[in-house]
Amino acid sequence: MLSFFVSPFAGNAFMVNALVAGVLVSVSCGIVGTFVVLRGLAFMGDALAHGALPGIAVALLLGLPGILGAAAGAAAMVLGIGLITRRSNLGSDTAIGLLFVGMLALGVAIVSRSRSFSGDLVRILFGEILGIKAGEILLQLVATVLIGCAVVLFRRPFLLLCFSPEQAETSGFPARVYHGIMLGLIALTVVVSFKTVGTLLVFGMLLAPAAAAALFSRKVGTMMLAASLLGSLSTYLGLLMSYHLGIAAGASITLSASAVFFVLLAVARVRAAGQGGSGAPEDGSPGEAAEGPGGEEAEHA
Amino acid sequence: MLDPEQGRGLAGGPAVETRGLVVGYGREAVVSGLDVVLGRGRSLALVGANGSGKTTFLKAIAGLIAPLSGSISVLGAPPLAQPARVAYMGQFHPSSFLLPLAVLDIVRMGRFASLGLLGKAGPEDEAAVREAIELMSLGPIAQWPLSALSGGQRQRVFLAQTIARRAELVLLDEPAANMDAASRQGYRRYLQKAAERGVSSVVATHDIDEAMACDQALLLARRVVAYGSAQEVLTADAVSATFGLVGRYSEGKLVVMEAEHGHCGEEGAEDHRHRAIR
Repeated sequence: MLSFFVSPFAGNAFMVNALVAGVLVSVSCGIVGTFVVLRGLAFMGDALAHGALPGIAVALLLGLPGILGAAAGAAAMVLGIGLITRRSNLGSDTAIGLLFVGMLALGVAIVSRSRSFSGDLVRILFGEILGIKAGEILLQLVATVLIGCAVVLFRRPFLLLCFSPEQAETSGFPARVYHGIMLGLIALTVVVSFKTVGTLLVFGMLLAPAAAAALFSRKVGTMMLAASLLGSLSTYLGLLMSYHLGIAAGASITLSASAVFFVLLAVARVRAAGQGGSGAPEDGSPGEAAEGPGGEEAEHA
Repeated sequence: MLDPEQGRGLAGGPAVETRGLVVGYGREAVVSGLDVVLGRGRSLALVGANGSGKTTFLKAIAGLIAPLSGSISVLGAPPLAQPARVAYMGQFHPSSFLLPLAVLDIVRMGRFASLGLLGKAGPEDEAAVREAIELMSLGPIAQWPLSALSGGQRQRVFLAQTIARRAELVLLDEPAANMDAASRQGYRRYLQKAAERGVSSVVATHDIDEAMACDQALLLARRVVAYGSAQEVLTADAVSATFGLVGRYSEGKLVVMEAEHGHCGEEGAEDHRHRAIR
């Protein structure tokens, strides 16, 4: 029984590498994804991920490292969205949507010039976690540490942005600047994760663990930690499934992450139903209940 | 328009001074001709219906929107230049709150302006937070998540955050909307205490009683209807012009029958509907 859970990793260096890379992706996605979920930037994250595609494709054709192309693509996406939202009366969701499909189409068009079209496209979209190299893991580690440091450094403006951009601004933290930094961190996460889970699936790792953590967490820090742990768990489960069932690793990891979210959602629902309407008391009853509703249980930390 | 209070509170320079100010969004002016002088420790009520320009003016003072023309001086400097000395409380949209933050965390955010990026919170910060929580009677629910609170409770939390800033000028956009009578009383107590400490305030409101409690009033209806000391300016005629009201006299009082609303469905719009004006 134990061998079912351990043996895939025991004798296979590539499986261990995949696990390490996946955990690093989970940690950076958990931290950044927390802000993506709290600020409702899901669509933006998706767009950044797809914006990277034509960049990677161009880099591939020119024989440059894909990561450079991904960074250029994501940067173009951030600038493009900012430009469209400022210059037109369209909402940013329309701007993002248009750029998003445009960049995706451009990426596919460029890749189609490549000799191994479908192979390249699949690798970009879904990653190649089982073929990950030590150098790429190192890069992932550096990025994860960088993201962690940035979030510690900017915790106050980021928290204020989640609460209200106006409050950030009037507290002396220019909202546009810190929003830009936040987008930069999302882009960084996407760019360094594309080798592992691919530009299409990184979005799942950005959202699912953070959304699952949001169901139970009562502190932002706890939510990041929980998201990182849930992501790592999903990576492990995904790799296990991939090994035993012979399915694509990137897909099975993202699939596990989504499954974990829905399981926890169901648990949260059942729990809420069990508490049976013992929600917050109405306003104007200050003497009532010195403790919060929901209680201290189920902090995933 | 000149100083309505003949120099009161102006010894250390005004808290807010605007000259020939035009505010609006994009290129469209909402209100023009805003000339206001507010001394230290004095209070100004911005009175008007929804869409009258109260919020726009308040945002311009807070530095959230740039003036279309004219000048604004806040505590002797441009808006936003001294974030720790000015506190702003905007109108919130509670639907966006799935934040995993407790009441205490939200109130503590009021100290971020003086703490900056990495400053360590000290005893003074904790004292400010504690005082704000006591003033708004949030002690029993300090550990509650924001998502578990009612609209009125949230409003108290946001106000406590503003109070915790310990600013010299507070800018409040309909702070008492949604609050029950007890909370309103806490809010009034705060304003009084703040004025005693020399804190100046600018309050946007629909509520004539709330405006009456201020030193000055500025009546807005996408234009300046009147500006002066609150007692003199808040007359039946001026208020009617401000709200576009249809009124009738009943037993020597003006009773407001109907009001035009810029937007619908906002709370507080009822406040001036049947308000008796002496």
